[in-house]
Amino acid sequence: MATVSAPLRAARRRRSWTGWGFIGPFMAVFALVFLAPIGYSVYLSLFRDQLIGGNHYVGLANYRQALQDAQFWESLTRVSLFLLIQVPIMLFLALLVALALDSGRLYGRDFFRIAIFLPYAVPAVVATLMWGFMYGTRFGLVGNINDAFGISLPDPLSPDLVLAAIGNIVTWEFVGYNMLIFYSALRVIPHSMYEAAEIDGAGQLRVITAIKLPAIRGALVIATIFSIIGTFQLFNEPAILQNLAPNAITTDYTPNILTYSLSFSGQQHNYAATVAIIMGLLTMVVAYVVQLRGMRKDA
Amino acid sequence: MSAPATPLAPPRRRPARLRTPRRPAAGPRRRRRSLPLTLLTGLVLLYALVPLVWLFVNATKTQAGLFDSFGLWFDGDFALFSNIADTFTYDDGVFTRWLLNTLLYVGVGAGGATFLAILGGYALAKFDFAGKRAVFAVVIGAVAVPSTALAVPTFLMFSKMGLTNTPWAVILPSLISPFGLYLMWVFASEAIPGELLEAARIDGSGEIRTFFRIGLPLLAPGIVTVLLFTMVATWNNYFLPLIMIKDPDWYPLTLGLNAWNAQAATAGGEAIFHLVITGSLLTILPLIAAFLLLQRYWQSGLAAGSVKE
Amino acid sequence: MSTRVRPLARGLGLACALALAVTACGGSDDGGSGGGSPDDVQAALEQGGKITVWAWEPTLESVVADFEEKYPNVQVDLVNAGTANDQYTALQNAISAGSGVPDVAQIEYYALGQFAIADSIADLSSMGASDLEGTFSPGPWNSVHAGGEGIYGLPMDSGPMALFYNKTVFDEYGVEVPTTWDEYVTAARELHEADPDVYIGADIGDAGFTTSMIWQAGGHPYTVDGTSVGIDFTDEGSTRFAETWQQLVSEGLLSDVAGWTDAWYQGLADGTIATLPTGAWMPANFESGVPGAAGDWRVAPLPQWEEGGHASAENGGSSLAIPEASGNKELAYAFIEYADAGEGVQTRLAEGAFPATTADLSSEEFLNTEFDYFGGQQANQIFAESAQNVVEGWSYLPYQVYANSIFNDTVGQAYVSDTTLAEGLADWQQKSRDYGQEQGFTLTD
Repeated sequence: MATVSAPLRAARRRRSWTGWGFIGPFMAVFALVFLAPIGYSVYLSLFRDQLIGGNHYVGLANYRQALQDAQFWESLTRVSLFLLIQVPIMLFLALLVALALDSGRLYGRDFFRIAIFLPYAVPAVVATLMWGFMYGTRFGLVGNINDAFGISLPDPLSPDLVLAAIGNIVTWEFVGYNMLIFYSALRVIPHSMYEAAEIDGAGQLRVITAIKLPAIRGALVIATIFSIIGTFQLFNEPAILQNLAPNAITTDYTPNILTYSLSFSGQQHNYAATVAIIMGLLTMVVAYVVQLRGMRKDA
Repeated sequence: MSAPATPLAPPRRRPARLRTPRRPAAGPRRRRRSLPLTLLTGLVLLYALVPLVWLFVNATKTQAGLFDSFGLWFDGDFALFSNIADTFTYDDGVFTRWLLNTLLYVGVGAGGATFLAILGGYALAKFDFAGKRAVFAVVIGAVAVPSTALAVPTFLMFSKMGLTNTPWAVILPSLISPFGLYLMWVFASEAIPGELLEAARIDGSGEIRTFFRIGLPLLAPGIVTVLLFTMVATWNNYFLPLIMIKDPDWYPLTLGLNAWNAQAATAGGEAIFHLVITGSLLTILPLIAAFLLLQRYWQSGLAAGSVKE
Repeated sequence: MSTRVRPLARGLGLACALALAVTACGGSDDGGSGGGSPDDVQAALEQGGKITVWAWEPTLESVVADFEEKYPNVQVDLVNAGTANDQYTALQNAISAGSGVPDVAQIEYYALGQFAIADSIADLSSMGASDLEGTFSPGPWNSVHAGGEGIYGLPMDSGPMALFYNKTVFDEYGVEVPTTWDEYVTAARELHEADPDVYIGADIGDAGFTTSMIWQAGGHPYTVDGTSVGIDFTDEGSTRFAETWQQLVSEGLLSDVAGWTDAWYQGLADGTIATLPTGAWMPANFESGVPGAAGDWRVAPLPQWEEGGHASAENGGSSLAIPEASGNKELAYAFIEYADAGEGVQTRLAEGAFPATTADLSSEEFLNTEFDYFGGQQANQIFAESAQNVVEGWSYLPYQVYANSIFNDTVGQAYVSDTTLAEGLADWQQKSRDYGQEQGFTLTD
């Protein structure tokens, strides 16, 4: 799916096997830790192994079952909702901060940049344990606030709010990371483009919409694609919060949690592999569509 | 959400403007600083920092103090140092062991991942070879498959190879960083002029020698960037070790902390929430320190290799 | 412990893996060889060797040390491979892979069936376990048979249930300690009315607790006969539990703090969670997790479904089992017999574990032990009596681990929505049946 248009100097390159010598080590390890397990999963997805009755070939039956599986669709609907709400909020926030940093009108810009990026360095496990403590309505920060102001905030881990609570953790973890991608892209916009705008007498807002945003479209598309892959693979945060809210975060909460519980609680490796392959294909399709749409005006 | 994996878009045509000297100060021209804008951005800053402050404040509390005092302010007795001492000595100092394991995984895993990404990125940027177009597409496609479901097949394979429950089971998969490969590809395209390589070849320098003598030094800022990102990924690795490592002696910090947290839920197990919190703080400090110290490098690397079109 | 780093890629293993034919290459557990005789066990002990034990039970550390001292030829590698489900997952993975399988594994009673039915763990009868009839209290001994003839593990500890209650809270509000579940509901109302922060207990839906309660109420929702399985949560015992507990849930009389979290421990400490009906292994957790409330808590017999009754049930507890793939089953057996029926038992009791052995449950020393934590109460007398009164005939599903994993998806919803417990149980029943059918079991009505 990647289209590599030949760089300027391509003509001078020698087409040879030397390149493989350099990328070979990467591809060898890649084949071992990614391709072989994926191939093995495809193979597994054609079988069904039962506690009673053993292992037998079932063709595409697992795929048919998955496509009719209400649990699978429910989990997919949930992450799609997450994708439609959390991802835009996170990216928009990141973009605003990046534009603010790039505007040159902030006091202490470098401090802002590094401090907002810091949560990215916190492991998802630690971030979730930490937010889990803070979400506590009794001894957590939410409880503290309730006590201090004599109010009664809703429980962030109740079934209605837990998706938002997870969204908040993910936003917290990745807003700085996305901000940095946007900011880096903004920084390399050539000065000459601004000078042209200045001559035209364009205002700040106009500079943003006419110059900055188009110039970083590539970064926006890539950040979106990262986020799509990440959202479809949502696992660590809900899995760890499950200890605190087992009724709200069910075993089919996200597709990845579903494959995990199929595989690990239910010993249904074959079916789990099937769901994983479907999710992989789906992720690729969605990411590809985003790339196509995002880059369309490019030509 | 796992750490973002990979961009789908490979570097396209490199516009000439990439070489334009970077603006020394941001923004088209020097502007008056704006207090309202600073305050507004300050809200996001607060959002980013409050949980970290919470973590620090609570790492200074005893187990009892955790429950009795306001979350964002210090308790009467400042127990940070005794907590740190307890964290390092609890269960015969197993935390130190986990820390060393993590350093091993990060050192070999992130170091190796960076090295492989450099070689691969260099190859993609500077050589034309059969199957090159397919390489990146395959890498991206593979990353889109949920890793939780690949865990069992990978486990079964690794088990056959006798790798499970050894550091290799964690290190080998960490050696692949698709994002690193992408960054190095873009970075190498820009930073290494083809003419230099040609000149070296004409002088009779071998490909490997050329790479180490000419390519590698030019890639330095990009290397730091990739190294930091692979470090974060390896340092934060949780799911893979969870499946692969069963001997607590080989746990990385993330697994160890989770085990400590789970310990409160077993018959006869000791509840040590204060150590979980202090351990969490100690876990993120090295990464934060690395980011702060190497700021200058990674930001320039990221900007140059920037995901730009 | 094991710190060997194996060579990076072994040619054969790699070839096998890439051939994607795992079952063809190895996975060669010498299936179903069972074990040797008691003489073989003795011989193995004299010969010595090395075994690996997967367990999370903290007291085993001392047991291993003593065992190694007594038998210097034997080396025991004790590994905490995760707690409960994490460890079962690891064990299942290792068994599927045919390598890295431990010689001994700690397995909770409710999970034994899953390993027994797949012949993943050895029948210990011939090695000497059949001679241990009468050594263990009836509940655990019944459990290690896993619904069949064989003996698939030796009971390590047990959890006859009792009611732990915060006496200070009950005294403060002048509420009687309940002796029946109906009184329990009444007490819940009185306490919560007296102080809205106080709840009779914390429960957000726990599979182990719910099945134990149904067990005590005389329910038999699971019937297992080899590979045919029946699931019915509409029998009298189950219904009785559901109706009583529904009152607590509907009236908001249960704290919604998740069990075993920091907030839960704190609730036990500060009096907002007034009782805890659970297994007899709990005192050690009280001492370490709720030190602040020492002296506040007491133990009472589990409330009854019939006034004047004495019925009880087991909650939790685990056995030590020997995977079929173990390379040294005889030595492994020697160790688990030492740990579960031999000298190891005393070592474990001294560190606060609760026994499954009848001799200890009835020894004067054990019964007269005074718990400082419980204000000097001789709590073991209550626990020992409970162990005697465990209702007979209970069985778990041969795939209870999976069934429990979906408990909160189904029954748990009754705690957070308009669904009733009865509806939740019906849903649980249906999903458990579906899974059984998919796995090739014969489902009976």
